Amino acid sequence: MKYFSLIWASLFRKKTRTILTLLSIVVAFMLFGLLQAVNQAFNGGADAADADRMITNSKYSIIDMLPISYQRQIESVPGVKAVAFASWFGGSYQDKPARFAVFPVVPDEYLTIAPELQVSQETRAAWNATRTGAVVGEALAQEMHWKVGDKVPLQADIWPQKGGSLTWTFDIVGTYHNTKDKANGDSALLFRYDYFDEARQFGKGTIGWFLVKVDDRLNAERVGKAIDSQFGNSAHATKTQTEQAFAQGFAKQFGDIALIVSAILGAVFFTILVLTGNTMSQSLRERIPELGILKTLGFSNRAVWWLVMLESLLLAMLGATLGLLLATSAIGAMKETLSGFGITRVGWQVAAEGLFFAFLLGVLVGLAPALKAMRLKIVDALNA
Amino acid sequence: MEALVAIRNLVKTYQRGPETIEVLHGINLDIPKDDFVCLMGPSGSGKTTLLNLIGGLDSPTAGQIQFDGSRIDQMGSSRLTDWRAHHIGFVFQSYNLLPMLTALNNVELPLLLTKLSSVQRRRNAEIALQLVGLQDRAKHKPSELSGGQLQRVAIARAIVSDPQLLVCDEPTGDLDRKSADEILSLLTQLNREHGKSIIMVTHDPKAAEYAKRIVRLDKGTLVADPA
Repeated sequence: MKYFSLIWASLFRKKTRTILTLLSIVVAFMLFGLLQAVNQAFNGGADAADADRMITNSKYSIIDMLPISYQRQIESVPGVKAVAFASWFGGSYQDKPARFAVFPVVPDEYLTIAPELQVSQETRAAWNATRTGAVVGEALAQEMHWKVGDKVPLQADIWPQKGGSLTWTFDIVGTYHNTKDKANGDSALLFRYDYFDEARQFGKGTIGWFLVKVDDRLNAERVGKAIDSQFGNSAHATKTQTEQAFAQGFAKQFGDIALIVSAILGAVFFTILVLTGNTMSQSLRERIPELGILKTLGFSNRAVWWLVMLESLLLAMLGATLGLLLATSAIGAMKETLSGFGITRVGWQVAAEGLFFAFLLGVLVGLAPALKAMRLKIVDALNA
Repeated sequence: MEALVAIRNLVKTYQRGPETIEVLHGINLDIPKDDFVCLMGPSGSGKTTLLNLIGGLDSPTAGQIQFDGSRIDQMGSSRLTDWRAHHIGFVFQSYNLLPMLTALNNVELPLLLTKLSSVQRRRNAEIALQLVGLQDRAKHKPSELSGGQLQRVAIARAIVSDPQLLVCDEPTGDLDRKSADEILSLLTQLNREHGKSIIMVTHDPKAAEYAKRIVRLDKGTLVADPA
């Protein structure tokens, strides 16, 4: 700590140059935080997925509906433990596209197959007793200031009602808490399938996808093939895959997000490495007599090496910290737009990863100047 | 008088490409404790080289340098660095202060190598600045000080860790006459009142008058040593 003021003063010896270099590092790590948050959101579904839970959807398009009658056939496949289903409702809330998922489901079946959605007995009973009842994620309820007893109207964009009305009204009967996907799992509205199927204008007796729980995850592939072979020659052929594979496949519809993010960040970090390395080298060249003085006063070669290295690390870590904080603020400021994509924050893993890269940057950039400083001969340095 | 520095048959050579250049040819010199020695000679005579060797900034090619009984010519690099921090204070012609630090922080620099607390370091640095008459300029950076003030700060830095010997290389070279006299008076005061031994290189005969004795070097050889 006693050397901190010396290191800080050395770092800001040329204020303008240091601030500009620092800004470039801040921007790089802000970009890192934002892009990694996007990457995590798109691939996060894969992380939260269960290996013993599969999704059966239409083979040809994710938006094609499947007959509800498939449920009984799927249940009869050896290795299948339980089957539930859901559909994509979409819709708008208060004249804006709903930023949360809305699924019509059969309450008991769905909650059995997704035990991570914790619902109290009272809520479950109220849901079963209320045809227009809906259960919402805790985080969603907090964000929207919804409470039990509220009536929530949604404007349908896919499913008009029999009379032509686009307005579907749901009665909030309780909340659920997702114990598995803590980041994004409390953000859906679930309502009753019977209400949906009876009131909708078209598509009766169809659903979006089946959720299939297998008795042993090692049997998943075999069970998936058996399910698909049942419907292979029908008008609604199916594709069954693990939840994880489904989530990854869904994300890949937007392109290989991870690859795109890595390519962008790779280019950015290479540029920063060169820029910061140049700054440190230039700074060292200007300070050779000063380093000679430090050695004259009794600073050892190793001490001088540490001073230069710590200066480089301070620059990198300071820039990274500010950049990651800015990324967090930016996501917070754009919460309304981004949360619909599941982008809610810069997670601690992303922050840790960012700080690690900053440390690596500091080491790489500081190594050569530190070695040069260490090897300086006092007499030559003083005469420089 | 007991010698603080005892030099015997000191030789220093440099390699310049294929050529070996001998800068000092078998120097023998004693510097007693409390002495104020002025080293004079034409350019290229080896004054700065001899000063660097006495100060432990360089190592001799041959010969002995004994400082208060210790053979510094036999010390390795890190031991020599440590020895220098405890025994020698340096004053240079161009002051060599760190421009981004205040006067007080510059003076405090050598104390960072000690185990003193931050409060004690600050206090000692303030005392050193008081001794050179610059206590009211403690928070100023070098760019805000005159030449004479800069050299005073450099002297304060040189004495803050209480060294036995001050090594001064043309300390008044960049100063006007008035400032030069002030600095030389300060060095005299440090020698007479605080017991600091001083070896000073200068081209200025007026500066040499402040010393107790003058040693002349010419072409790497001592011309006279009236010790």
